[in-house]
Amino acid sequence: MAHFRVSSAVLPIAALVLTAGLFAHVAHAADSFLEPQGPIAAVQKTHLVRATLLILIAVVPVLCLVPLIAIRYRRRKQSQSAYAPNWDFSARLEFLMWGVPVVIVAVLSFYLWKATHRLDPYANSFGEAPAINVQVVGLDWKWLFIYPDHGIATVGEFGIPVGQQVAITLTTDTVMQSFMIPALAGQIYAMPGMTTQLHLVANTPKTMQGENTQYNGRGFTKQKFLTQAMQLQDFDAWVNSVRANGIPLTTETYKTLAMRTDRDEVQAALGTATMPLNALYFTLDDGDLFHSILHRYHSGQPLSVAQQPGTVSYGQESGQ
Amino acid sequence: MTIEYSGIFGRLSWESFPIAGLIQSPNANEIVANAAAAIVIVGAIAVIGLLTWFRLWGPLWRDWLTSADHKKIGIMYIVFAIVMLARGVLEGVVMRAQQAAGPGEGFLEAEHFAELFSTHGTIMIFFVAVPFVFGIANFLVPLMIGARDVAFPVMNQISLGLTVSAGMMLMVSLVVGEFSTGGWTAYPPYTGAAFNPGVGPDYWIWAIVVSGIGTTLTGINFAVTIYKLRAPGMTFMRLPMYCWTIICSSILIVFAMPPLGVAALMLAADRYLDFHFFTNDLGGNMMNYANLFWLFGHPEVYLLVLPAYGIYSEIFATFSAKRLYGYNSLVIATMSIAVMSFTVWLHHFFTMGQSALINAVFGIATMLIAIPTGVKVYDWMATLFRGRIRFSVPMLYGLAFLMLFVIGGLSGVLLANPTLDYQVHNTLFLVAHFHNVLLPGVLFGLLAGYNYWFPKAFGFRLNEAWGRLTVVLWTVGFMLTFLPLYFVGLMGMPRRSFSWEDPSFHPYMIVAALGSLVLLSALLAVVAQLWISIRDREKTRVPVGDPWDARTLEWSTPAPPPPYNFAIIPNVTERDDFAAAKERNEAYPQPEAYEDILLPRNTAIGFVLCVFSGVWMFALVWWIWWLAALMSVLIVVAFIAWTFQTDTEVVIPATEVRKQHEAWLEIVRNSDPVNRDHECAPENRGLARPDMEATT
Amino acid sequence: MKRAPTHSYPGLNLGRRHPEADKASEVVTFGFWVFLMSDLVYFGLMFAIYITMIDAQAGGPGPHELFNLKSIFAQTLILLTSSLTVGLAMLALKYNLPRSRIVMWFGVTLVLGLSFLVLEMSDFMAMAEKGGIPQRSGFLSAFYGLVPLHGLHVAAGCIWLIVLGIQLRVFGLTDLLMSRVVRLALFWHFLDLIWIGIITIVYFGGLAYG
Repeated sequence: MAHFRVSSAVLPIAALVLTAGLFAHVAHAADSFLEPQGPIAAVQKTHLVRATLLILIAVVPVLCLVPLIAIRYRRRKQSQSAYAPNWDFSARLEFLMWGVPVVIVAVLSFYLWKATHRLDPYANSFGEAPAINVQVVGLDWKWLFIYPDHGIATVGEFGIPVGQQVAITLTTDTVMQSFMIPALAGQIYAMPGMTTQLHLVANTPKTMQGENTQYNGRGFTKQKFLTQAMQLQDFDAWVNSVRANGIPLTTETYKTLAMRTDRDEVQAALGTATMPLNALYFTLDDGDLFHSILHRYHSGQPLSVAQQPGTVSYGQESGQ
Repeated sequence: MTIEYSGIFGRLSWESFPIAGLIQSPNANEIVANAAAAIVIVGAIAVIGLLTWFRLWGPLWRDWLTSADHKKIGIMYIVFAIVMLARGVLEGVVMRAQQAAGPGEGFLEAEHFAELFSTHGTIMIFFVAVPFVFGIANFLVPLMIGARDVAFPVMNQISLGLTVSAGMMLMVSLVVGEFSTGGWTAYPPYTGAAFNPGVGPDYWIWAIVVSGIGTTLTGINFAVTIYKLRAPGMTFMRLPMYCWTIICSSILIVFAMPPLGVAALMLAADRYLDFHFFTNDLGGNMMNYANLFWLFGHPEVYLLVLPAYGIYSEIFATFSAKRLYGYNSLVIATMSIAVMSFTVWLHHFFTMGQSALINAVFGIATMLIAIPTGVKVYDWMATLFRGRIRFSVPMLYGLAFLMLFVIGGLSGVLLANPTLDYQVHNTLFLVAHFHNVLLPGVLFGLLAGYNYWFPKAFGFRLNEAWGRLTVVLWTVGFMLTFLPLYFVGLMGMPRRSFSWEDPSFHPYMIVAALGSLVLLSALLAVVAQLWISIRDREKTRVPVGDPWDARTLEWSTPAPPPPYNFAIIPNVTERDDFAAAKERNEAYPQPEAYEDILLPRNTAIGFVLCVFSGVWMFALVWWIWWLAALMSVLIVVAFIAWTFQTDTEVVIPATEVRKQHEAWLEIVRNSDPVNRDHECAPENRGLARPDMEATT
Repeated sequence: MKRAPTHSYPGLNLGRRHPEADKASEVVTFGFWVFLMSDLVYFGLMFAIYITMIDAQAGGPGPHELFNLKSIFAQTLILLTSSLTVGLAMLALKYNLPRSRIVMWFGVTLVLGLSFLVLEMSDFMAMAEKGGIPQRSGFLSAFYGLVPLHGLHVAAGCIWLIVLGIQLRVFGLTDLLMSRVVRLALFWHFLDLIWIGIITIVYFGGLAYG
């Protein structure tokens, strides 16, 4: 039985060392809030560290004392350690046991309150320059970025100017999805017939990955996009290039776009030689596409599966 | 898309069987699907074959399936839970293997992977954790409070029947059709008829509804049992800590299962009758589903973990040879956790766009739960303090729990911060967190309880060496599998991803996959431990019934206990009554007189409802309307017919009770008491001697 | 285990005269209360869903077009009266009147329960004629998720009345059946309570805010 005792001590420690090694590896976590590219993610990272340290005040004693107590008070021949079989209460200890967690939670709550309000995705707390408005529509399985003020729309590439507040309004034209660019800010759900909001700011010109985190079918893992943070003049050039190379986002084009396809598949259907390999560019006509998408679910009329983007039957002529 | 439909078979057709897919396109994905189906079929045939070969159908029917004895029902729950655990662990290994394959690699198709995470979650919560928790509760609660059975023994049997038939639906879904791809939470509109017209979500819905009814009945049963059937003198503040956790769990069930039932039935109405609760069009609102589901879902995790806390409380006291420290504190903490668990459901969707104020309030409410939970951990440490700690298997599980659970608590409090949740919600960080509380928290507790009370249930101890090996394997397996996921989650990898691209994830995924193999070997070690223990049972018999020098009432009975539990209902005078009696040298008293004992008579109603409800669910899933209607009628008729049964009890005459009890007292008198040096030796017949050797 | 017919019903005031049956009945009755509590949560949630969906009419017919207060008034009177008749059955049990009296009051209650259901069904049919079907809108889904759920409970109560009536005839007033009468009465009053909620929240609330 001796070898079990040895292994019981060694193996968990080995496992810990291994995971600690992996932790060191995290330092190179590009595309996550551990390497923040904007003030919101930066505050989130600070908050993570601060909260972790505070909680460790309660956790570390457990991690240290449990092995110590277990060893010191183990049952053995001629044990010199105290034994108090009937001891089951101490007012002083009780005060500590309840008091320490209460104080920690109180302090944490203070920071939580502050951070939650400061980082409210609906609030415009960071950028001072005027906001760029972007409307984001979740489709199966790609994100459509509409720039109503610039008359353009993109898929797969999300261009934003550095240092400016980006005010995003989200919805989906299919099932619920969750929009996130980890290096810039946290996620927010996008839901059909409803809008949510997210504000973010990028500090430096950089390419960052964005994604959907809410499982929505076969193409879920391909629902990624590149966020291009650019200097203002580069952004303007980018907008012009989208406008120049984009195809009009007509009702028919939108229908193709909204099919149950991942970005590669829709690229094959709509992409042109002048667009980048992993992005689609569109120009907008006068209509308010975003609100017509929202209106789809508020018309007061039933929506057949053939009219519902994201279903297998979408776009087919319905039998009736 | 047209769905083929016939009057007799509904939408069931040749294409519904996975073998059709294998013939059409033989690839790794289809092979895995068919292998799973084959395991189910071969397993079922093997069980039927073995039962027939050893002529066990009669005993199985008489002694088990029709029994209303809470102890047997409890054991059946646990057997069912372990079978389902095997499937859940295997699914976990397959998923880890898929994710370890490398960027963009893997052998499974996306939809198949989605079925795996959906069944894995559904099984582990509803068909492993719940039946295991209530299996142990079934066995223990009447013994602990000094009762002969639960308040409603037949309803107890029905609960088991409904849970098992619902679990069988998940097995059937492997062989016929497919399961939902919507995760264990089954959020609409994804699971609605428009986006998922197949049978998958329907399997989920009916399994959840029927097992939910079973669980609700269990909750009612145990609340009433503990409120009303306590032995004389067993006041609330003398209850074993475990019973307190079961009361809280039962109350949670009574209030928390209805939201799940409502949500699932509303989803069913949407899918079957074209209602508009959660649809995109005509005013449906999927946010209502999220609220309902988590109004259930959050109390659910506490109704699982509280009984595990109860088990640890008993174990820490027994194996430290001490009283439980801070009983009052623990009671208050348990009750406050139970109540507060209803006030925090919104933290499961901080990211749905509520105002910062609401998020902050729910975030703080969530962190408040950490206070009583922390107090519990410290109370347990104080229980160990100045004890005489024996590193038996249950205690090892307990120590591993204390160390690992606080890490889960750490990540839990982090997740309670809305601002951090925005980043790690829906990522593997969340997956790591809830596995961190459910494995070391719930599963370790259940396995500790299994090792602790096994000798009480079967009359012999489990193998100690193999038991220690299981602790090591579960602990190491857990750490390797789930600690890396915290980091990948912080790096932004979404949960439920069947593939990924970022090469920096790869080492984590490989370690996690290796860890899952360790977890699989841990499961195999549990089976091996059982096998070896059964083989060596003659050397580990503990007929007297108290192998661990334990403190609570159940240990004062024979092992295994007689059907009536107590020949004479004990008169309780203090907390840890049995420990006190041993100290006073008054354990195992000679009764002055015996009385006739009334016990619930065997009945087939639970089994009948199990079969009928199983067929009913299958018929609904496959739109076989005539069969569903027929089964609905049969279920009602069977129940009404049962209410006409008036002769529901059997009498065990006082002479028989006397004979059995005196024979056991004779064993007690003829057994040598042992001290704790010989706890794991063949000399330990279950009679404890005061343990002074280890004290100066 | 036979008991003398002079004993009153278990539950409220039996203790002194028949302690064992009283004790057994107390456990079951308490359990039934717990069940009702759980059932009440079901209804509570459906009420909550109804309130959140009162505006989700999606251009379909709303409370003003659909609700017929006269019929609701009649249904209310019928259901309240049926609670009275169940109460009279309980009194018959308490004062040791012949069991045919209990069965008779059960019969009256059954007739009232069934006429309630008939009126409710005709209400639903009238609503359907005006386009008020559950498939039309979220609001109507919530309505049909809640009100017929109560109706289903009433129907279950009616089946219970029939079954228990038959059992009283077959087995006489045994301890078990007497405690079942108590529980059936509890259940029936519970349905009344829910109905009060329905007229207040679904009908009046719907008309006021819908």
